[in-house]
Amino acid sequence: MSRLGIKKTYKLFIGGKFPRTESGRFIEFNDSKGDFLANVSWGSKKDLRNAIVAARSAQAGWAGASAYLKGQILYRIAEVLDGRSEQFVSELVAQGLTADVAGEEVAEAIDLLVHYAGWSDKYSALFSSVNPVASSHFNFSVPEPTGVVGLIAPTKGGLLGLVSVLAPAIVGGNTVVLLASEKFPLTAISFAEVLATSDVPGGVVNILTGKRDELQVPFASHMDVNAVVLCSGDKAAKKAVDLEAAENLKRVVNHPDRPLEGSPYHILDLQETKTTWHPIGV
Amino acid sequence: MTFPDRRLSPAIDQVGVEERAARFCTRSLKKETKLSGLRLAVTMLDVTTLEGADSVGKVRQMCAKAMRPLPEDPSVGPAAAVCVYPRMVKVAAKAVEGSGVKVASVATAFPSGQMRLKERLAEIRYCVNEGADEIDMVISRGQFLQGEYRAIFDEVAKCKEACGEAHLKVILETGELATYDQVRWASDISMAAGADFIKTSTGKVSPAATLPVTLVMLQAIEDFYERTGRMVGMKPAGGISNAKLALQYLVMVREVLGEKWLNNEWFRFGASSLTNDLLMQIRKQETGRYQSGDYFTKD
Repeated sequence: MSRLGIKKTYKLFIGGKFPRTESGRFIEFNDSKGDFLANVSWGSKKDLRNAIVAARSAQAGWAGASAYLKGQILYRIAEVLDGRSEQFVSELVAQGLTADVAGEEVAEAIDLLVHYAGWSDKYSALFSSVNPVASSHFNFSVPEPTGVVGLIAPTKGGLLGLVSVLAPAIVGGNTVVLLASEKFPLTAISFAEVLATSDVPGGVVNILTGKRDELQVPFASHMDVNAVVLCSGDKAAKKAVDLEAAENLKRVVNHPDRPLEGSPYHILDLQETKTTWHPIGV
Repeated sequence: MTFPDRRLSPAIDQVGVEERAARFCTRSLKKETKLSGLRLAVTMLDVTTLEGADSVGKVRQMCAKAMRPLPEDPSVGPAAAVCVYPRMVKVAAKAVEGSGVKVASVATAFPSGQMRLKERLAEIRYCVNEGADEIDMVISRGQFLQGEYRAIFDEVAKCKEACGEAHLKVILETGELATYDQVRWASDISMAAGADFIKTSTGKVSPAATLPVTLVMLQAIEDFYERTGRMVGMKPAGGISNAKLALQYLVMVREVLGEKWLNNEWFRFGASSLTNDLLMQIRKQETGRYQSGDYFTKD
């Protein structure tokens, strides 16, 4: 008996919910053979602003969550992703990867999440210091999350690229708005389903699909975004983002357009250093 | 002053009122219109702090903000008034002296009103003596719900008398009146007894101000004006926390009562967190950048 296929609606992920884009726009997404695969939400500037509001309201709670809890949640994401790896492999294949590459990419993404889960209670020890000063003060520096971070994910490496910028940002206590790769939008939204079932509080991660050219500058010009991670080799794009980001001294981290290697220094990229002078008795 | 005829207070069509109020939310104000609406809304603010933790410092700081809401742009504001508890009236009056910003004080055993009338009147006189220009009184909702409407009429009339020169705003606490019919009736009683303003809520009860309940009160004001020729002001308070909602209120006032009411002599917003959102939206309109709370003063 033949059944009608059920085409999935790929929506946005904002504040722990899956809304359609407010613009009503969509992009027809075809598979590697040119056959229609799905309609993808074409996120607008208004969607971006809504996502920033959601990220801002989740910021204090997530920054205040214990390192243990953040680590547990990242590990949980890895667990849930592992259980659904077949789905991700077939989705990546539909979006143009070979089965081998797709399988490797999903496995690497899972391992990378576990890697950063492990860093959750360690990076602050690594990046903190007790500083020698010439007065009777106990002087020490500790890293603190930057706040709301915009992530413009690498075009290449569908799932791995996304995870490689997302994991170091959230393990460091930031809340994020991520713009998915235009080449791999489906995986990004399926990954949002993983996040939604992994005890990630609503608003900590928000994922948009849409066009980079339209959204990367609004990320930089919004005063309530504290940092932008731009995975792009495009000099003009970098300049446009830098110019807008300068208005509120937003941090801009520029990476090449490919997945990042796992490293605690990517966590440090999105930390501010707080230095405390604590008087000590004579 | 005579007790109003209840037959002249129409029954309210709940569905109709809510649908009409919802239609005001579909208007789209953009660019210059939006900016002028936002600037107007700032001048209509009763910047409010009504907390047990209010201190002299906090009230002074709030007064400074009411006088000049946006430090870098003196053309924004000032707000209409600051609204404080009786003990803070003197502090506030001194802080805003000469600025044109009025001092409003809540009184009459705010927010519950559960006290003898004698003491409640004494509280009004105390506030006026301390320098309050406006008194925000609460009606005895318990008595109203028991059907003692004449008692409400009498207490509002006596409070008006105790105010002397000061303006009297009558808080109905619509969240406790249960139906639109009762809101309408309480509005009519208050206006007949001499209220200068009618106000939705104390801000201490949920739901506070809503668009439909404000619409019912605006219509009561309109009918009262047609019957008596006396204008009464309107103050929605509580729950109006963002600029978009504030603009919807302005649209509603404009359409129900007309431009005559569209200034801070006849329309006010009672709010504490609305100020910053209005300021952020004004900056957005002027700079094109969406703003962050980090760049605006907290109190």
